[in-house]
Amino acid sequence: MNVDETNLPGLGRRKDFMTASGRRIGVVELREGQTELIVSTWDDPDTCQASIPLTSDEAATLGNLLGGMHLAMKLTEEHKDVPGIVTRQFSIAADSPFQNQPMGKASIRTRCGVSIVAIMREGEVLPSPGPDVVLHAGDLLVAVGTQEGLDSAADILRHG
Amino acid sequence: MDPLAQTLVELGAVVFCLGLLARLAGRIGMSPIPFYLLGGLAFGAGGIIKLEGMHEFAHLSGEIGVILLLLMLGLEYTAAELFTGLRRSWQAGILDLVLNFLPGAGLALLLGWGAVGAMVMGGVTYISSSGIAAKVITDLGRLGNRETPVVLSILVFEDLAMAVYLPILTATLAGVGFLGGLTTVGIALAVVTVVLKVALRHGHHVSKAVHSENSEVFLLNVLGAALLVAGAASAMQVSAAVGAFMLGIAISGSTAHNATRILEPLRDLFAAIFFVAFGLNTDPASIPPVLGWALVLALATAGTKMVTGIWAAKQAGIARPGRFRAGAALVARGEFSIVIAGLAVASGAIPHDLAALATAYVLLMAVMGPLAARYVEPLARPFIRRPAVAPQL
Repeated sequence: MNVDETNLPGLGRRKDFMTASGRRIGVVELREGQTELIVSTWDDPDTCQASIPLTSDEAATLGNLLGGMHLAMKLTEEHKDVPGIVTRQFSIAADSPFQNQPMGKASIRTRCGVSIVAIMREGEVLPSPGPDVVLHAGDLLVAVGTQEGLDSAADILRHG
Repeated sequence: MDPLAQTLVELGAVVFCLGLLARLAGRIGMSPIPFYLLGGLAFGAGGIIKLEGMHEFAHLSGEIGVILLLLMLGLEYTAAELFTGLRRSWQAGILDLVLNFLPGAGLALLLGWGAVGAMVMGGVTYISSSGIAAKVITDLGRLGNRETPVVLSILVFEDLAMAVYLPILTATLAGVGFLGGLTTVGIALAVVTVVLKVALRHGHHVSKAVHSENSEVFLLNVLGAALLVAGAASAMQVSAAVGAFMLGIAISGSTAHNATRILEPLRDLFAAIFFVAFGLNTDPASIPPVLGWALVLALATAGTKMVTGIWAAKQAGIARPGRFRAGAALVARGEFSIVIAGLAVASGAIPHDLAALATAYVLLMAVMGPLAARYVEPLARPFIRRPAVAPQL
């Protein structure tokens, strides 16, 4: 993917690209450290329909959502020959009993036969995390297992 | 009342009123500059209330205000940005200079203010307000627009042009002859080139010299260095403001960023006093006679900035609506027009009407600029044919 980088003298930098549907989408990084998400209008790609200021947390979460989707799509693609195996994402809510706890405490693999294959955190991927990785609120867990196993894993992560 | 008490009371009242005016400006989403000017007009010679005690303070603070305005302008851009800006936008920059300098200069000649008056008024109508433009672009959510870099690089060019123009102006105002003028221009160009080269290679040394982790030490370092350089430049007849601007360019990276943050409140205070001081020295009664000319000049130079922006955006491959937006973003004139007029007034080399015309002109343009930027698209709709392609779904 070709990302255009443009200098905005005195203000910051713009990084964007053209989507297949003809919209320009990207971010503006301001000097003061804020990030703005920009989306162009459909009839005039020069202008922005939305220009949304994001805090660093919000930007990281959005990155997780998009990155997680991408990862999940790839995994689903790889597992499509194995019937019954599904990929799903779980986010750790602020009130989850396992936040700030090592992942092993939830013993998801033992209890429901589900593997956590990756954790998305602040836009970064932690591949095949071990049981002592500490979970944080906002983490996105990419899990692989059977439909029933994933259901009970979701329940465990939410209610303990 | 003893003089000190009178000065304090007057100063306090003025600063307090400025606070109220700035708040009002913020409430209706406008630049506070025209409000400050009106405040100065109301308090000064021939105004509603006559303030005598604070003149001396206002004068020196105004000078510091100019130095801080230019220092922060220099801090905004790195030397590398200036060079790339210059390389990319010199054609648009020259068109901008020709189209917008000539109306002001021409009117000054028409009104019989001579070559010096033409030099001053040309500068007043040429320079867009980068402060107002940046605020308008941010407020209207146009940071991500494609025409925005075009607008910004024209502003960068104008700021570089200021660095050459101000020393020439200072020399002209001081009444040096042709040969003396040439020498000053030569010195100015040489200094600007050398400083840019040095800033590009050794900017981090300058940054290191003023840098400190302690914000108090840092503030005193930067401010002291700025005043020293400005004073030295002034002694060399290169204009104090340009000295400060060059120092700002030489300071780079995170030091520049921190300096901006730390100097901002000081700049706001002293610049506000500068605008008031300029208004104080202008008799409100001298405005109505020049108002007609100011209006003509305002309309003409709004048009010439539109043409500049439209041409520059077209060169950059921007579609029609974006071209109009680029033009309108450049319309506002503000702080630097007043800086130029202020230098001229302080020298005493120009007729009094010029200050009145410059005041009226900036009042109009500082109000008109943001309005033009906001409403240009609906206004220009008859000239914009929407692309005939259907949205791709």
